[in-house]
Amino acid sequence: MPRVLSVQQLSKTFPSGGRPLDVLRDITFDLDDQDTCAIVGPSGSGKTTLLGLAAGLDRPTSGEVVLCGEHMSGLGEDERAGVRNRFVGFVFQSFRLIPTLTARENVRVPAELRGDGNVARRAADLLDSVGLGDRMDHYPAQLSGGEQQRVALARAFINRPRILFADEPTGNLDADTGGHIVELLFELNRTAGTTLVLVTHDLELAARTGRIIRLRGGAVVEDFSTTVVPPAIAESGSGR
Amino acid sequence: MAESSSDTGPAVAPTARSGTHTLVWMLRMAWRDSRSSRRRILVFVSSMVLGVASLVAINSFGLNLRSAVDEQARTLLGADLSVESGRPIPDSVETIIERIGGAQSRRTSFSSMAVFTRSGETRLATVRAMQEGFPWYGAIETDPPEASRDWIARGAALVDKSLMQQFALSVGDSVRIGRNTYVIAGRLLKTPRESSAVSLFSPRIYIPLAGVDMELLERGSRAEYEVYFKFDDSRDVEAMVDTLGPQLRSARIGFDTVEESRENWNSALTNLYQFLGLVGFMALLLGSLGVASSIHVYIRQRIDTIAVLRCFGARTWPTFGVYLLQAVAMGIVGASAGAVAGVALQLALPALLTDLIPVEVGFEVAWSAVFAGAGVGVAVTVLFALLPLLAVRRVSPLHAIRASVETASAATRDPLRMGVLALIAASVVILGILQAPAPLFGLAYAATLAVVFGCLAGVARLLVYLVRRYVPVSAPYVVRQGLSNLHRPNNQTLLLMLALGLGTFLIALMSVTETTLVRQVSLSGGEDRPNLVFFDIQRDQAGGVEDLVRSGGLPVLERVPIVTMRLASVKGRSVAEIRADSAMSITWPFTREYRSSFRAELTVSEKVVEGAFEGTAEPGETVFPVSAEKDIAADLGVSLGDTLVWDVQGVSVPTVITSIREVDWRQVQTNFFFVFATGVLEQAPQFSVILTRAPNDSTSAVIQQSVVRAYPNVSAIDVSLVLDVFDAIFSRIEFVIRFMALFSVLTGFLVLVGAMVSSRTQRIEETVLLKTLGASRRQVLLIMSTEYLALGTLAAATGVILAVACGWLLAVLVYEAPLALDGAALSAITGGVILTVLAIGATSSRAVYRKPALEVLRAET
Repeated sequence: MPRVLSVQQLSKTFPSGGRPLDVLRDITFDLDDQDTCAIVGPSGSGKTTLLGLAAGLDRPTSGEVVLCGEHMSGLGEDERAGVRNRFVGFVFQSFRLIPTLTARENVRVPAELRGDGNVARRAADLLDSVGLGDRMDHYPAQLSGGEQQRVALARAFINRPRILFADEPTGNLDADTGGHIVELLFELNRTAGTTLVLVTHDLELAARTGRIIRLRGGAVVEDFSTTVVPPAIAESGSGR
Repeated sequence: MAESSSDTGPAVAPTARSGTHTLVWMLRMAWRDSRSSRRRILVFVSSMVLGVASLVAINSFGLNLRSAVDEQARTLLGADLSVESGRPIPDSVETIIERIGGAQSRRTSFSSMAVFTRSGETRLATVRAMQEGFPWYGAIETDPPEASRDWIARGAALVDKSLMQQFALSVGDSVRIGRNTYVIAGRLLKTPRESSAVSLFSPRIYIPLAGVDMELLERGSRAEYEVYFKFDDSRDVEAMVDTLGPQLRSARIGFDTVEESRENWNSALTNLYQFLGLVGFMALLLGSLGVASSIHVYIRQRIDTIAVLRCFGARTWPTFGVYLLQAVAMGIVGASAGAVAGVALQLALPALLTDLIPVEVGFEVAWSAVFAGAGVGVAVTVLFALLPLLAVRRVSPLHAIRASVETASAATRDPLRMGVLALIAASVVILGILQAPAPLFGLAYAATLAVVFGCLAGVARLLVYLVRRYVPVSAPYVVRQGLSNLHRPNNQTLLLMLALGLGTFLIALMSVTETTLVRQVSLSGGEDRPNLVFFDIQRDQAGGVEDLVRSGGLPVLERVPIVTMRLASVKGRSVAEIRADSAMSITWPFTREYRSSFRAELTVSEKVVEGAFEGTAEPGETVFPVSAEKDIAADLGVSLGDTLVWDVQGVSVPTVITSIREVDWRQVQTNFFFVFATGVLEQAPQFSVILTRAPNDSTSAVIQQSVVRAYPNVSAIDVSLVLDVFDAIFSRIEFVIRFMALFSVLTGFLVLVGAMVSSRTQRIEETVLLKTLGASRRQVLLIMSTEYLALGTLAAATGVILAVACGWLLAVLVYEAPLALDGAALSAITGGVILTVLAIGATSSRAVYRKPALEVLRAET
């Protein structure tokens, strides 16, 4: 299986109150094509920071991220943006749709960014597949939370990403709506054959992935395949 | 973006294709992103509309004015050539005039008292005694129009409309000039060679040259003798004056050609409209600041969108480009609206400036001015917008997953930001220099703007600092909350201080300048100072005039003899030699006619700064002591001990400078460049000036009438007349400048509205929160009123204080007068600004308060 993401001895330090604060320490893991992985841990454990670094949104203090064959540490801001555009999809907790764009336009943004203008059909198909075929020209403010997250899912897959990063994708939704979104997420992921990295505090959701990495205090405390779930996983969190 | 679509390509591979895609994407995103904000953007750009409008209007009008002057150059002079002399034209020149040939018309102008026979009232006027013919080109405009055709033949007079109005005269009334009485045939509306503003200094009365009382010309009054030529042949007038010039100049005869007249008017009028353009430019700068500030808030509201775009692979500069395109579009929309408004405004300008311009200015859109004004508008707006736009580069994609990520850190050390600031400063200086009548003026303008902006910004920062530190905890909640709003995140205290303060500054400076100048003139006639002056009194009339003044119950405060003379040599070099010296750039002080006096002591308006004043010439002296005024001594390059030889109407009088005086010319006093000792000029041909003081206007009028009746050649001028003239001129100019300053003030208010609109979301959120927590409408209104009261008061007070400081500098350096302030006017300006700010604030607050809480709270989720 080709390697999609390789995280090696990753550390991140922020200045805090005049002193350095270690947010992540010596994180190492690899993900291959079509792997699914959940990052779990309590608030402040470094989950979101890890996701940001793995997706090339930020630079580590030390260590290396290799995303789809690109060594992210050696790349500039714009070069990392290019890698994200080609290989990465995102789903955010608070949907992050662009309020001035319709559902259809929001979905097309990543494709338009790479200069691919012929995605009208694909955008429409994706919106159809998430059940919003009749809401394509609605603005985010005219959609419910669940509908907005479905648009975000369609947007995440428009560029056929090799890896999808989802940050608490159900965090802002009620249980029923969240459940529906999760089904869609996994279905799209399966169909597209995308590698999935999921940050969540929902253990039930995490258990649907093939691998769980548990963080505490910025370090990996557990990393295991979900064929056997250790009973120690009893915590949840949504923050760092 | 625009990377290759291949999954295995390099990270960034910009190609020509990708460049096009990038541009298309930027345009598309810019358009889409603006969707929900277009109405708001229109409010933002409205603040620059007036600035562009004023620039376009002024410059387009200026170009029309220039072409009008070019087209109507002949009517400006009224002839193909004019020849003028300050004394009767000598025979030698008459020969030249005869040789020039063509059709000729003569005009003799002099100052004289006009007596309006129905009321007996008098007024000093400029009398133009004219022959048929002039103006050869253009026409004298009168009311009724037919009066201009036959007034000379009828032996009648034409009287300035302002004079007719002032003395309630009607056509058919009479006016006496000297010993002759003329029926008034019509009101004088417009004449070639002079703008209506000239009549403010000295109103004109036209009489036929044939009927003029020659005694007026023979006795004292200075007259200008002119001959106007019209050539029916196609001769080269410029070449002719090149040939005749030296002969005419040596006879001290001036001449004017159509070309020269055109150049003079063009240069004077260009100065005028360029100066007005500077006032308009200030409105544009202010408007651009407003746009920049609105963009600052706009960008803050777009950070989420920018972060999402960055997450999905948007590169830094194309993302920046999306918002730059919006700013450019804003600039284009604002500049276009401004250009249209400017063209409309241009229609109003001729009416506004009608008294200051001598030609009929038609209406034609000067496209070069429209495009230049709009171009400057777009450029300045984009330049100012770059400052907040640069923050787009610093928005991290991390913001999409973590809202607390700071985006604009280290902005102050951003070299690009420094570069943009430098570019703005350079642009303001360059545009100031280009728009100003002279480069130094442009530099001074830019420097003044920098100081005023700096002071206002300093006060704004001080205000924020003080409010942050010293608002008492015991103050009512609404006051504390209102004042805290001045330093909340995204506050626009600085911008509003600049916008409102600058507007107030301009209006207050006008008031301070006017008060200082008016007070200066009033003071000069105050207390026991003379306020009524009779001049052109011949030697044999002096006793009679004194008697008339005394019999009217007024004192003769001073009787001053005046002798006319010219310089024959300076420090041993003859004036002819000096004139021939091409190294001497200024020859006027050497060649002018001097009116000098002699007395034994100094007057109150004089002070010796070098040497000692010698009031009496010792018997037997052959070189006589003379005192020189400081500035003229500098112009002549003479100092203590230097010799000057005078030509006193044919008699050579050698003198030596024994003292240098400083003279306060503003006093109603007879002041002289040169004062001779007594015992030198007593026997020279001379006339006198008599100074007196009338307790009121009616006494002054009665005395003037009795003196003019007895001695028609004697003229009188009183302080109230000077004040009237001054008032008339100043109010005319002031009106124009105030009209232009209004653009800055209105722009200031538009910036205020823009600032309120751009911070509306934040205000609504706060208000809803307050309402949810139980705040009443009154409390919400009080909080906002406190904020705007503080802002309005500080801005208005700072503007007024700066205006007083600037007015003081002008008073000391330019007018050389003590600063005078009109407390009531300044209070009215301050109060007006505060009330307007409060009114705009209250209107905005009402709309904000009306927003349903639930709607906002739902939008928050």
